[in-house]
Amino acid sequence: MIPTEYYIFLGSGLFTIGVIGVLTRRNVLIILMSIELILNAVNINLVALSQYFKSVDGQVFAIFVITDAAAEAAVGLGLIIALFRNKETVNADEIDLLKW
Amino acid sequence: MLELITFIVLSVVALVAAVMVITRRNAVHSAIWLVVTLFAVGGIFLLQRAEFLFAVQIILYVGGITVLFLFVVMLVDIDVTLKQARFARQWQLALVTAVLVVAQLGYALYNHGQGLKLPDRPPGSAPALNTQAVGMALYQNYMLPVEIASVLLLVAMVGAVIMAKRKLE
Repeated sequence: MIPTEYYIFLGSGLFTIGVIGVLTRRNVLIILMSIELILNAVNINLVALSQYFKSVDGQVFAIFVITDAAAEAAVGLGLIIALFRNKETVNADEIDLLKW
Repeated sequence: MLELITFIVLSVVALVAAVMVITRRNAVHSAIWLVVTLFAVGGIFLLQRAEFLFAVQIILYVGGITVLFLFVVMLVDIDVTLKQARFARQWQLALVTAVLVVAQLGYALYNHGQGLKLPDRPPGSAPALNTQAVGMALYQNYMLPVEIASVLLLVAMVGAVIMAKRKLE
């Protein structure tokens, strides 16, 4: 039996890597991939605590998180295609129409 | 002991592959490393005896979302981004923010040297049949959230089609 803390440490590490990716990368596609990393870190914590409390509620929430990730990826990638068609770029810092 | 070794191997694979995801120049390589991370996380679900979630992870994440990512990488022009800078101009500020996040998480987990304090475990044992228990929970206690999630997926599908359409009439 592995202590629950280990899973939470792993979740924190993966979450931090995802946050660094979202903040530092320019490519919008890789920013979306980093968001997937963050959601996976959350899922690790949900499953670990659901095992700790001996109930499946956390796993049901993890399934809803995966549903959200699928919806977010579909809409986000559709947005990237529309953006690339209009501005010919996938770099986050070149998308500055609302900046003045 | 074997369980612990499996856990350590899977976590190291997941973390290293995650670092590779955010440092590769080519978005295709990032997507491949993302697959490695997702497989390792799926292995960790299996280690915690969440078999149903493991299957969902492999089918939906590895089989669905990553393929969607690769598909879009093919659609957008990748040769231009290969020659450009990888990191945004504000990366120093972003690193400071990331260090703050690490410090905050570390402080919360360290908790004045007491470590993480979880409430006591409830008595009894976990449900023996994981898939059956998850199915029961999904279709009995979580009936309304399941319906809302299905509406969300419908909205996402319509939204993705409208976003990717060439021209709105």
